[in-house]
Amino acid sequence: MADLSRMAAIVGVDESDEIGKVPNKSRLQLGSEAAFNALDDAGLSLSDVDGLFVAGPSPYNMAEYLGITPRYTDGTNVGGSSFVIYVEHALAAISAGLIDVALIVHGEAGRSSRAYAGDDPNMPIAQYEHPYGLVIEPHPYALAATRYMHEFGQERTQNALGEIAVSTRKWAQLNPKSFIKDDMSMEDYHESRWISWPFHLFDCCLVTDGGGATVITSAAVAKNTKKKPVWVLGTAEGHDHGEGILQQADLCSTIARETGPRALEMAGLKHSDIDLAMIYDSFTYTVLITLESLGFCGRGEGPDFVANQRTAPGGDFPMNTNGGGLSYCHTGMYGMFLLLEATRQLRGECGDRQVAGAKTSLVNGTGGTLSSTGTIVLAAD
Amino acid sequence: MADLSRKAAIVGVDESNEIGKVPNKSRLQLGSEAAFNALDDAGLSLSDVDGLFVAGPSPYNMAEYLGITPRYTDGTNVGGSSFVIYVEHALAAISAGLIDVALIVHGEAGRSSRAYAGDDPNMPGAQYEDPYGLVIAPHGYALACSRYMHEFGEERTRDALAEIAVATRKWAQLNPKAFMQDDMTIQDYHESRWISWPFHLFDCCLVTDGGGATVVTSAAVAKNTRKKPVWILGSAEGHDHGDGILQQADLCSTIARETGPRALGMAGLTHDDIDLAMIYDSFTYTVLITLESLGFCGRGEGPEFVANQRTAPGGDFPMNTNGGGLSYCHTGMYGMFLLLEAARQLRGEGGDRQVKDAKTCLVNGTGGTLSSTGTLVLASD
Amino acid sequence: MADYNLPVPVPQPESDFYWEKAKAHELWFRKCNECDKVFFYPRDFCPGYHCKDVTWVQSSGKGTIYAFTIVHRSPPPFREVCPYVAAVVELEEGPRMPTNIVIDDPTPENVSIGMPVEVIFDDITDEISLPKFKPV
Repeated sequence: MADLSRMAAIVGVDESDEIGKVPNKSRLQLGSEAAFNALDDAGLSLSDVDGLFVAGPSPYNMAEYLGITPRYTDGTNVGGSSFVIYVEHALAAISAGLIDVALIVHGEAGRSSRAYAGDDPNMPIAQYEHPYGLVIEPHPYALAATRYMHEFGQERTQNALGEIAVSTRKWAQLNPKSFIKDDMSMEDYHESRWISWPFHLFDCCLVTDGGGATVITSAAVAKNTKKKPVWVLGTAEGHDHGEGILQQADLCSTIARETGPRALEMAGLKHSDIDLAMIYDSFTYTVLITLESLGFCGRGEGPDFVANQRTAPGGDFPMNTNGGGLSYCHTGMYGMFLLLEATRQLRGECGDRQVAGAKTSLVNGTGGTLSSTGTIVLAAD
Repeated sequence: MADLSRKAAIVGVDESNEIGKVPNKSRLQLGSEAAFNALDDAGLSLSDVDGLFVAGPSPYNMAEYLGITPRYTDGTNVGGSSFVIYVEHALAAISAGLIDVALIVHGEAGRSSRAYAGDDPNMPGAQYEDPYGLVIAPHGYALACSRYMHEFGEERTRDALAEIAVATRKWAQLNPKAFMQDDMTIQDYHESRWISWPFHLFDCCLVTDGGGATVVTSAAVAKNTRKKPVWILGSAEGHDHGDGILQQADLCSTIARETGPRALGMAGLTHDDIDLAMIYDSFTYTVLITLESLGFCGRGEGPEFVANQRTAPGGDFPMNTNGGGLSYCHTGMYGMFLLLEAARQLRGEGGDRQVKDAKTCLVNGTGGTLSSTGTLVLASD
Repeated sequence: MADYNLPVPVPQPESDFYWEKAKAHELWFRKCNECDKVFFYPRDFCPGYHCKDVTWVQSSGKGTIYAFTIVHRSPPPFREVCPYVAAVVELEEGPRMPTNIVIDDPTPENVSIGMPVEVIFDDITDEISLPKFKPV
């Protein structure tokens, strides 16, 4: 295998001008704002972009909107993990010499969209899930969580989910861009209303508008960008079922059990080398089983791993320091925002929430219904 | 740039068990049949596949249906060119060492689908094209063609479109799998009914069901496959507007004007070196301006280039020898079928329609509304 | 209007102004203050050189047919209104836009590229008026 480590770097990241509730911006506007901002962060411009990576709108539609004619595009849509997976895809294209500057774009009027495209009635979930009212994400994720509770104990699971929700909120309180900053206690968590049992409201991510963009370049280009590069050390992509839950064989783990070890191995690092974990938190449960799947702890050991606010500010396992999809921003496809925070932390730009001395970050995106994962290992010089 | 020439090869190709009118097969069935068949053609099996490339269903949904867990997926959907573009994407992933065996799959119940997903009402086309009845492909393409007629002469354009339709039908008559095998004269062409003026019925591709699959592997794997490899010498991808026609600046050319020279440059070949041209023929007009854009002739010179059945069996410019999207098979996304025929011709498997001593082939896929192109240069040993 | 059953555009935030003006039977485009290009469709930046200094300008509504097709086959609901002319019109100010040419007898003898046209507005719902064009 070609040694891809450090062949490419993240050189620019940013959100759209506004995130949260942004009823006066379309998906394409939010994406284009973020693209302008991230390129500015890198000291590059749209005319430098030769690869465009975007999920949602087809790449050629996004390119048209932006007024560019990229020579390489990727529109793979495997849910919110897509943007993390694009890092590997961009790395492949850069390594092959096909492009030098990859722009990864996301924009979604997740909260304020004026219209919706229908689901494809020909896909299996239209026959085997939707008729039963398994129609929005909390439903199947909650369903998976019941199995975990059955196997590993209901009370300790619910306490673990509470720990994750509360610690993530604490980080959000340190991030000026967070959508929700109210105090949340364990009691608040347990008393919040049911969305889809066993999920409370505070098990579920936000529903916001927003855009984000990440610029990845070859090592050669990264030498001359505005800020210090964040190197891509390891990457991996995996899928073990489709977008629904109906073919998930093991409801208590994700394919991060493969992508985690593969990405770490490519990076030449082990779990204890990681300073910051950015873990897709569509739901508290997503985090719990992702930590186990990635190998930070064993199967069923997640509740002990996250106990006593270990992942909160001041804890010894800093995680989701932007406030996560749970409290900062979740447009429906959150993966992009993991990249933004990982980069900012590794650059030391995070102000009150800065993880002291953070040099390495493991980012794990999850898409579909616990279906696909992209794991990447990033590092500052 | 890394030298990607001959780093990967097409080692397996095939259609689904049936193509044409197949009301008893779903899209996923057609795709999976083709996948099994193409892998069989290569002497490989699904368990060898580590990269999955598919437009239409998301890769993880196709992977779930097939029962595989690929470590690399690409679901970029830029129209019917996507499958040609995937060859370059697979080449990048193979060259980067991320995968060894890429499966490119297509299945579409283009004629017999029982249900349809709605278009995204948030995209520009929904505001600026659909309300005016520019709703199916013939409309946008016919509109573009009117401009060519205006610039380069209506009568000679019409004669050129007829030459293409008739030549392609002659090839179809030599392909047992072709959907339409009736004789067609120039007069039949001109007398066929209007679909969207200036397009007659015979300017328009078929609407069929069907699946197709192509297996691309590293050079190392290709050494041990069943048939002789078809090498990827050159590849290029381009886009100059989105899926509609509303932002196409030049209605008389496509971005093949860039992807053609780039692919040939990478292959180190010139137009004269090409033994067979496989040109996406959603419409006769697509072929006319693609030949010009690729540089086989100059702008406005297409009518002379294709005159006197030059592209028909026995002519000195063999093109679309399978009978094309016009007379063999067109599911809505035809690009896959270009690859199948190119590989078969270069292997010498073309039977009655075999182009003698064909050693090199240029493949050009066009997607959207003359929006995206993928150009490949392929060669046998 | 209640029985209008062809697709009705859903305005997007960056095009609200465009549709508001259309409702008042005016045609407005975005213009880049840097390169002076008037462009369609509306965005908050110029798709040519990517500058963000853009404004709105009213179009004269006059232009010429740039390309067209006479649609004889179309899926429902457009099947009911065939044949019709779908065209790209080039406005005096420069931009080109898809539209319909409204004429009684849509034949190639009655429509041609270069033909002068001017905007008219079809009030398809209470909220949406669709800019179309007729020969001058």
